[in-house]
Amino acid sequence: MKIFGHKPTTSAWFGLGIISIFLFISVFTPWLAPYGQSTNVGGTWDEPSATMLLGADQIGRDMLTRIMYGSRMTIGVALAITLLSFLIGIVLGFISAVLGGWVDIFFTRLVDVMLSIPGLIFALIILGVFGSSIPVLILTIAVLDSTRVFRLSRAMGMNLTVMEYVEAARLRGEGLWWVISREILPNAWAPLVSEFGLRFCFNFLFIAGLSFLGLGIQPPYADLGGMVRENAAAINFGMMAPIYPATAIALLTVSVNLVVDWMLSIDARPSGAQAEL
Amino acid sequence: MTKLILNRLILGVLTLFAVSILIFVCTQILPGDVASAVLGQGATPEALVIFRKELGLDVPAYLRYIHWLTGALHGDLGVAMTNKRVIIDEILPRLGNTLFLAGYAALIAIPLAVGLGIFSAINEGKISDKIANIVTLIAISFPEFFIAYLLIIFLAVQVDWFPSLSTVFKGMPLTERIYQTTLPAITLTFLVAAHMLRMTRSSVLSVMSTPYIEMAFLKGARRRRVIVRHALPNAAAPIITVVALNLAYLVVGVVVIEAVFVYPGLGQLMVDAVSKRDVPVIQACGLVFALVFVLLNTLADVLVILVNPRLRHKR
Amino acid sequence: MTQVEDNSTILNIKGLRLESIAGNIIVDSVDLNLKKGEVLGLIGESGAGKSSIGLSSMCYARAGVHIAGGEINLGGTNIRSLDADGRRRMRGKRIAYIAQSATAAFNPSHTLMDQVCEAPLIHRLMTRTEAEAWARQLFKALDLPDWENFGARYPHQASGGQLQRAMAAMAMSCRPDVLVLDEPTTALDVTTQIEVLILLKSLIRQYNTAALYITHDLAVVAQVADRIKVLRHGKEVEEGVTDQILHHAQKDYTARLVAVRGAAASERAVSATVKEQNVLSIKDCHAYYGNFHVVRGVSLDVKLGETVAVVGESGSGKSTLARVVTGLLPPKSGDIVFQGKALPPSLKERTKELKRRIQLVYQIPDVAINPRQSLQDIVGRPVQFYFGSGRKETLERAKELMRLVELPEDFLQRRPGQLSGGQKQRVCIARALAAKPDLIILDEPTSALDPLVAEEILTLLRKLQRELGLSYILITHDLDVVHRIAHRTAVMLQGQFVAFDQTDKIFDNPEHPYTQKLITAVPEMRVDWLDEVLAKRAAATA
Repeated sequence: MKIFGHKPTTSAWFGLGIISIFLFISVFTPWLAPYGQSTNVGGTWDEPSATMLLGADQIGRDMLTRIMYGSRMTIGVALAITLLSFLIGIVLGFISAVLGGWVDIFFTRLVDVMLSIPGLIFALIILGVFGSSIPVLILTIAVLDSTRVFRLSRAMGMNLTVMEYVEAARLRGEGLWWVISREILPNAWAPLVSEFGLRFCFNFLFIAGLSFLGLGIQPPYADLGGMVRENAAAINFGMMAPIYPATAIALLTVSVNLVVDWMLSIDARPSGAQAEL
Repeated sequence: MTKLILNRLILGVLTLFAVSILIFVCTQILPGDVASAVLGQGATPEALVIFRKELGLDVPAYLRYIHWLTGALHGDLGVAMTNKRVIIDEILPRLGNTLFLAGYAALIAIPLAVGLGIFSAINEGKISDKIANIVTLIAISFPEFFIAYLLIIFLAVQVDWFPSLSTVFKGMPLTERIYQTTLPAITLTFLVAAHMLRMTRSSVLSVMSTPYIEMAFLKGARRRRVIVRHALPNAAAPIITVVALNLAYLVVGVVVIEAVFVYPGLGQLMVDAVSKRDVPVIQACGLVFALVFVLLNTLADVLVILVNPRLRHKR
Repeated sequence: MTQVEDNSTILNIKGLRLESIAGNIIVDSVDLNLKKGEVLGLIGESGAGKSSIGLSSMCYARAGVHIAGGEINLGGTNIRSLDADGRRRMRGKRIAYIAQSATAAFNPSHTLMDQVCEAPLIHRLMTRTEAEAWARQLFKALDLPDWENFGARYPHQASGGQLQRAMAAMAMSCRPDVLVLDEPTTALDVTTQIEVLILLKSLIRQYNTAALYITHDLAVVAQVADRIKVLRHGKEVEEGVTDQILHHAQKDYTARLVAVRGAAASERAVSATVKEQNVLSIKDCHAYYGNFHVVRGVSLDVKLGETVAVVGESGSGKSTLARVVTGLLPPKSGDIVFQGKALPPSLKERTKELKRRIQLVYQIPDVAINPRQSLQDIVGRPVQFYFGSGRKETLERAKELMRLVELPEDFLQRRPGQLSGGQKQRVCIARALAAKPDLIILDEPTSALDPLVAEEILTLLRKLQRELGLSYILITHDLDVVHRIAHRTAVMLQGQFVAFDQTDKIFDNPEHPYTQKLITAVPEMRVDWLDEVLAKRAAATA
């Protein structure tokens, strides 16, 4: 079976499968979860049993339910971040590439300065002042991440702007909007899609990391990173409780990375290292 | 070429200034009224007044910035709001700890990753390369705390090789310090080495596709000679850039690792300050992290200039 | 036996088959025989497989290509049967390669001397001192400036022509039996090309090296080769002694290749199309890129139905002139009058109507049209944009344009990726025609195309001029193209016109020394042309 004209490898199929499962669960969680998000069904860190497939968390809630709700929350937030960051980054990046001049210089310098502060540190600064509500989280991380998307789209835009067909359109007198949407964007899709996958992984891990530090998504919302934090003490008793949400995170990111890897390899040409001697 | 290096150094200094302004703007100007932003809706008017006085918010913003910056340049980063400790005294030892941990990890990670990355690129398409690809892909997909907990389970809880909490303090003998920080350093290494390996590999691959590499083979050079004499000198610049980029990952990873292992570093301090909304400490930590970061990037760029033959020998 | 014959076979290839990883056949059962001291020209259009054959003679295949079958005998040994080390030992020592682009073939991190001396050191033929002395001798023979110290330079400190010669020195460093020259002069200017060609020929003769000379330019190879082998789509078409190929070709394809170059005299621009009225007139134009004075006082006029060619080498400013006329680079001073009215210098100031009437056709068709758009979009958009036509009208006009450029109507559904180079260029012309312009500026329209395809495009352009009364400004470096299509020609050197007159007058009676240099540097389809040039030069300096 082909997707957009290319046949996925085994690992890509695996990745696609896992992603589909996650997406399905995230959308239909309220109907699929065995228990409620905050219902107590057992004792602290109960072992996995027939009624609780992954055991219980630190206050006796069903681990599996919490993971499903947590995935829904974390994936949702990460998607929102990535979509927003792409919107900002692509629009500003392409405009900078096409217009050049002062617009370009201003945004490039701004992005350079922003990228001179490590992302996590910058996020921590903002969260320290504004607090960790979900809108603040989404907006902050999106703006931070958009810097990378900006750089990529700007670079692509500049490569494409010098193409003669773009110049031909400008010679005609086509407006900025036409040039970006009809001449440049259709040729920029492929790298942008794989970049979307990569940025999603990064943002997903980022938000999980922040929640793990206690600075991300706050309780009572279930969230995978926060769950690792809450169940962390179980490690000292040799219990696997924090491993379950951590595995969920790892599983999704590995899958997305496998798919992105496949997409990047489609266009790759064999390098000189493979010449026949 | 000296002119280029000088320019880059000046740019570094200017960036630091710009960064300090950005930090200041974000912490003191953006929120509008910092007091209500930090203390929240339920704050009493008296609490707001006290807060404003503590932070000196009655003085106009640019004066506050100048005061803060001049203080920082003199090594005075102010006093913490929560526990009234002198910030610089808190920061310095912790900065030392964090740099020790990061340096320890970098020392292992850089040679490992760059070496394996080059090896992988040379053997592109072969089994060893494919294995490296899968392993590093998994490693960069795992959250830092996951790797940390796995290592703790296997190396600290199930077998008692390393402590699961890293305690270091001033005056500790070096060997003891190394022992305490090994597990966190290994965790960091995993994460950073994986990224570095992948990026090194693709840099070397693009060098391997150049016409002059083909020419060297066509002259009858052995593979080893081609790689050592022809590929690596030209891959040096991109690899330096890769290493510098990954030091960014190192900074991010350090903060989380310090939390997992309860290691007394700068990351821990900052995370605490953020949860307590202690604005002066947040500003100070942010500035110090940014300083280290900008220094590393500037160093990397200068090295890249030094390595470029076009710049060393003018027309 | 006891006597070593001077004309023994040094390279013998039997039944060579090259395949791509995907399984496509790149070279199909080609035989090749090269005697000691002989020069064999491999001629063909792009995709003929000639470069691949050249590399295969060293038993080397680029990534993505695989030597699937055949024997490759160098000096009696079948090198295909050797192990990797055996093959390696032979490369550079007994058979050496000269690449097309010298700037790319040198490692930017090492000096030229290091790289020229590398091969003899690898193969343990000389000590470093001996290798350097030999290198200096070669530099001297190749007429490189400051030959004693030239080797200390880094690649970025030498020009393209110098690097090409340095690469020849590098190839000769082990005194190989066979040289493989892969389009060695294609990337060079016409005047540089002839210098390098002379040096290469003398080098080959002096050391009695056998050579495979790979190129698409029949006139060039005719000057150096003893025999010529014509290739097409990976198969051999014909092989013979140079003279025979040039004058008594047996296969049709060969004859066409010869005719393209030699036919400079036959097809010409028809003067009947030219009317008296001036379409464009440029007076004393000066243009700058920043502080760099690129166009220095150029005056030009184009009449209705006329083709004016602007000829020059790289850096002459001819492409800049095109950008001035289209409005992309406003000139600092000078007047441009279009159809009797002053033309606003910058694109922004021009009305849609003015933009419509001057159109541009680019050199490389691959990047001139958007690969993501269908031909109908590409050709239809100008119609829609300039004339505001509805969908049905646009479609009708698009079909009409396809017919004008001799492409089938159902191509409208296709994307550029499904077309050949020549077909893409026709689409570019159709796009220009869609605007119903008065003047079309063609910037090197045939330089990126194979000679036979280029000829078809020129024929098309002539036909369109007759039918539609178009005026052309043709920018090119190729004098043959100028011959075949231009009514008047301007010769440009360093931003100025050194000649501007009827094409015939310029070619028959070149007055300016640069024009003479340019014209005499273009290889003609005669075996003795180069020798003649050398003789003339010797006589001039004597």
